[in-house]
Order: sequence, then structure tokens, then C-alpha cells
Amino acid sequence: MASRLEREASRESMLLNMGPSHPSMHGAVRILLELDGERVLNSEVEVGYLHRGFEKTCEHRTYFNLLPYTDRLNYVSPLINNLGYTLAMEKMLGLEAPERAQVIRVLMSELSRVSDHLTCVAAMAMECGAFTVFLYNIKAREFIWDTIEQTSGARMTTSYIRIGGVRADLHPEFREGVGQAVRQTRQVLKDVHGLLDKNRIFLRRTRDVGLISQEDALSYGWTGPCLRSTGIFYDVRKAHPYSGYDRFDFEVPLGERGDNYDRYLVRMREMEQSLRIIEQAVERLAATPPAVLAAGLEPEEAIKASRDRKPASAPRLSPTLEGSEKDAYSGILADDGRSIVPAKEDTYTSIEGLIRHFKFFMAGHGIRPPKGEVYSSVEGGNGELGFYIVSDGTDRPYRLHLRAPCLHLLAALESLIKGRYLADIIPTFGSMNIILGELDR
Amino acid sequence: MGMSKRGPGPGGFLTTTFNSLLGWGRKYSLFQYPFITACCGMEYMSAAAARFDLDRFGAGWTRFSPRQADMLLVVGTISQKQASVVRTVWEQMAEPKWVMAIGACAVSGGIYDNYAVVQGLDEIIPVDVYVPGCPPRPETILDALLKLQDKVQKQGHDWRWQKRKS
Amino acid sequence: MAETQILSEIRRLFPDKIREAFSLLGEDVVVAEPKAFLALARGLRDKPLNYALLLDLTCVDTLACQSCLEMVYTFYALDRNHRLRVKVPLPADDLSISSLAALWKNADWLEREVYDLFGVRFEGHPDLRRLFLYDGFEGHPLRKDYPLRKRQPTFPSRK
Repeated sequence: MASRLEREASRESMLLNMGPSHPSMHGAVRILLELDGERVLNSEVEVGYLHRGFEKTCEHRTYFNLLPYTDRLNYVSPLINNLGYTLAMEKMLGLEAPERAQVIRVLMSELSRVSDHLTCVAAMAMECGAFTVFLYNIKAREFIWDTIEQTSGARMTTSYIRIGGVRADLHPEFREGVGQAVRQTRQVLKDVHGLLDKNRIFLRRTRDVGLISQEDALSYGWTGPCLRSTGIFYDVRKAHPYSGYDRFDFEVPLGERGDNYDRYLVRMREMEQSLRIIEQAVERLAATPPAVLAAGLEPEEAIKASRDRKPASAPRLSPTLEGSEKDAYSGILADDGRSIVPAKEDTYTSIEGLIRHFKFFMAGHGIRPPKGEVYSSVEGGNGELGFYIVSDGTDRPYRLHLRAPCLHLLAALESLIKGRYLADIIPTFGSMNIILGELDR
Repeated sequence: MGMSKRGPGPGGFLTTTFNSLLGWGRKYSLFQYPFITACCGMEYMSAAAARFDLDRFGAGWTRFSPRQADMLLVVGTISQKQASVVRTVWEQMAEPKWVMAIGACAVSGGIYDNYAVVQGLDEIIPVDVYVPGCPPRPETILDALLKLQDKVQKQGHDWRWQKRKS
Repeated sequence: MAETQILSEIRRLFPDKIREAFSLLGEDVVVAEPKAFLALARGLRDKPLNYALLLDLTCVDTLACQSCLEMVYTFYALDRNHRLRVKVPLPADDLSISSLAALWKNADWLEREVYDLFGVRFEGHPDLRRLFLYDGFEGHPLRKDYPLRKRQPTFPSRK
């Protein structure tokens, strides 16, 4: 079946396929172009090459089990997806995470946001030819991921933020890790500002390219840094504050013209603001008293020590569950028997704990929110990331829908590149930060 | 066609030495085609960047044209819509070519067992190295590259001008 | 399920287009008539209500329990910082509704997605065809009667 462009294109122009496997297409987007020489007369964007059936799969998983699927939505800022989902569930269940858990959530969200923007600027600059920027940004991202890995155990897809709080308390040495990440990121931002801000080639490729007006941006449903680059102030963290964001002091940078350069600048400035929030969160974490933090043993010693221990006495958790001891629970997870996995000390030593653990995971039991529906959103790396969950009272969602910010951004691409050169598509596409895991679900 | 991936086959001392020489040359100059679709792409980017450098193994240059690449790295989930695209890209690559399926989704469909996802890349094209992980750490990708290099070293290489009619 | 001030105003402005209006978990929800939906949407977009952003457009398959596919729209007004959800139940024998593509530009793709996954027809849509799935895919997967694992491969399996 011929696509719309193939039917509409005139006979003198050339049809070129900027195919689903293209280095600048960030995964798998296909743009069918009608070209007159190098000028784009018309275009057609085709998506769906990463449609993984997320929403249908979630209808077949319990609320607890589908958390790893949410990690893989916007995979450059995975903790923000986790947070979006858990906030929607907590709204439906009527839970509230303890204060320490909220500050940890903000810290992790902002680390993810910095990682998202670093990757976006890296990819955009690399595709314009500035490979150094890519290497610098990925270097900074590695330090951020080291910090996340120190606490949660995984670099990317962590499933760390759980319904009711977070999975485990921060690592005892997280301050050094976060401090290192913030220092390296600040240095990298300074370098990248020096490399790109007044760079003639970069300016020629991004200034006044991909211009969008405020009315069009609103009509397309744009949110996030791309909307703020046109000058409209809408940030979910300020409009509908969640997880204690209203107690943090940060600014929301705005652009002026809505071109690629403004989108790049807005992202760079947002990273600086995120680093401010991270520093405030670290200070606040020092102030909120932690529940007893476990002194971490090295894995080999812990395994050797565990072999000598008799099971009847107080059990020591294995190193993989460090941070989720029962003492830490009051700080990191809400006190709700129905929605939280019980502490392992209870599970392994008392029959009531064992039964509660079993019932939590048994099919048909576990987290069962009351019948109803909820829409809750967070500020993702690209804009308003919303979760719409319909519950019918059972342990599986009846319908789970993701409001993907990238879908609205990409819907505008056809009008942004019309009449421009082929080479203008690359920075335009890169500045919108299209993440297909979120778009195609 | 002509190239046996199992071994060099019977031959004299000179042919096996020449085979090893070709293997050595090919394994340290792999041109990769990263067919990136999903989250594993982020770990691939980390593997290619400065900390876990792919370039020091000789496989640093990415060639985004199948005509110029000899190693197809399929990174991420392959949906049903993408299946024919992967096949076309693989068919356009010239021999000798190798395929690495990176990530649980490319290996076997991963956590997505539904109407939209191909359950494993080897339903579409033959795969040489499977890299599990969701996503695999960059060290795992480097380890897979080393295993592929071992395979390239040890396999038979067809270096004749005329291809055998087979 | 109390009614807030905004809901009262909406009810006053569009008396015949709305079936119910209530507040649920802090959000304002309006259940609208499918036939008059385009006029309601235009009224929401224009002054004085000014819902400038169409945040989301999706569908819920309640065919089993309520014999309808329910369209769910989420609108946002920037100046009043208010999010409104509008639900439009579509009877099982008439799965069509007016398209909002003339009012909000992102409705184009959002409606294609709903058509692709649920099979709802949008009258007045400029180019209604599948968005995520490929030509040749039969059926609408997000409906409850479509099995999760029913694959329709585009390429014959090697195995």
C-alpha cells in the first residue's frame, strides 16, 4: 500500500527514505522525504518500529510485576518513569512515601534528568559533527550511572523507586559518589558551553532552524524543554508539585525563539538547575535522620560470614539486599501492609511475615487498588510524562496508558522541516530528543 | 557460500597459516554496523565511548552503510515491523559478515512476549554471538567482542578470487 | 464525588452536551455525549475556558462490562493550571466520533494511534491509517478480545 507521500508527490521530485536504521534516527524512525535537490518539499514520518506492546502487556501483569516495564520506556531517564508510575499508584491507593524516601526520589529523578539531557546534547552534537562533545558527555554520564549503581545495583534499568517509597536506602558512601558526579558534570557543562555556545558552525546549523511558534507548540501539545524553549512556562514540577519538589529552590529556564539552539540552551541550563536540586537534596538527606544504615561488608566477607551463621539467630541479609533492612524501612517505605513487600527479617523468622510475603506475591492477591481511575504526571526529560491507570479492583491493571511526551514532539516534525534543507533535519530531530521506547511504547 | 565458519578444513601448512593470517587481520579490523533500536543502545554508547573503549579492540569505526560494514550489531528489541528491515540490511552486507545479538530482546524477545515483538533475532538472520543482559553491561559487550574475535580467528576464510559454485 | 466550581461552569455552558460531571481523587471528570462532542471540544478550547493543550487522547475497552469503548481526553488550561478529563462512551454498534484534528494539531497522531489499537473511526480526520502497526496487521490489539501472544509475523521464521 503506497504511503501518503508516494501518492501525493509530484513526478519531478525525488523520494528519499531516511530509513528506520539510520544513525541520527535515534533508534528506529522512518522519514520519507520528497526532495527537490536538497530541499525538503514534503515529508512523512513513520513510527512504530519499536512498538513493544507495553500497554497490552501491562494488563497481564500485576501492579508490582510491571515495574520493570516502566524502566524501559524512556530508557535514558529510567527512574523518572518509575516515579511516574509509582506516584499514580500511590494516588490510587492513598499512600504517601516517607519524607526521606521523597528526598531520595527527587535526588534520583534529577540524576536521571541530567543523564537524559547529557545524552540528548551528546547525540545532537555528534550528529552535527562534534564528536568530542559526545565523548565528554558520556564520560559525565558514566559518573552519574556509577552513583545510581552504587545504591540500586543497576546502571540503567533499576526498578529502584517502588510503590510506597524506594527499594533500599542509599549506600553509606553515596555522598562521595554524588559529589563526584556533580563535579564531573559541572566541568563537562563548562567545556561543552565553551565548545558549542559560540561555535559558528553549530550556530549556523541550529540558529533559526526548526523554528516553532508558541501557538503551534501549544497546538501540538508540546511540553517540557521543547515547549519552554518557545517561552511558555509550564513545568509539572512547579505546576503540580510532587514528591516534595515545592520545598526545593530551583529555576526553570525559558528560551525565546523556539529554534534548535534554544532547545539546546534550555537543556544545558536545566542541567545546571538539576545539579542545584541534587546538592540541596544531599544536604537535606544529611538532615533527615536515616534509619540505621547498614555497614556494608565486602561481598566475599559477607558470604563467608553468612556461612558460619546459624539461621536461628537474627538473620543477616545478603549483600544484594543491603539498604533494605527492617531498621531502614521506616525511612524508605510507607507503612502499609497491603502494598509493600514485608521486610525479609520478618519473612524468614515469623510465620505471619511469611504469610504476608506469600500473599503479596500470590496471583489474585497483593496490591489491589480500589475500582477507579487516576491520571498522574511527572516532569520527564521530554515533558509531561503521564500515567492513566484504570483499575477494576483486581491485582492487574484493567488499562494502563502512558502519555508519551515524545509523540507530540514528533508529530510536529513534518511541519518543522518543510521547506528546509536535508541537513537541517538532523539537528532538529536531535534537539527534540525522541526516545522511541516512550513514543512507541 | 564458500566460507565455512567451523574450521579451515584440511589443507597444508601454508594454507592454514594464511588462514590464520587472514583471521588475525579480519578480527582486528572489524567495521561495525550498530543497528540500534532500544535501551541497549545506551549501554552500547557507553561501550563505544571513552571509558569502555571499543576502539582499542580494533572495532571502533562505525560504518552506517551495510555495504561497508562487516559486523552487524543488533542492539535492542526487534519488532515485527522492523523484522524485514533487519533482514534487508543483513542481506545487503557483503561476505564475510558476522552478527551479534546484543541484549535479551535481540537474543530471545526478552521480557516482551506479545504480538509485536520477534522472539529472538535468530528467527530472521543467523547469529554468531548472543549477548544476554537487560541491558548488558559494557564489559559484557566487550567480552562478546573478544569472543567474536576468537571465532573470526579460528574459522575458515575463503580467500580465493573465484567463488566455488556451491 | 463533589462538584467543583469549574465543573459547575462547564455544566452551565454546555447543558445538553454533558451526561455527568464529578471529581475523583482530586481530578475533574466530565462524561460527554458522543454526538455533540466536537462542539464541546471547541467550546473548551475557546475563551473563556481556554483549554489550550490537548494532553492526551486514549481509549478504554469496556466492552465486556459496559458494552462500549470509552474515549478519554485530557485537557489542560495553562492560565488556570487546571486539568480536565472528558470521557465519551461509544456504543459497541457505532464506534465513531468526530475528530479533533482541526482544533488541536496533535490529535492527528493520537487519533491514528487509537484507530490502530482499538479500531475507533474518527470522522473528519485528514488521513486515518495505522500508526504503530504495519500494513497487513489484522485486528486491533489493545481490545480485550485480542490475545496477547497472537503474532502475525511479517517475515517467515527461520526456525
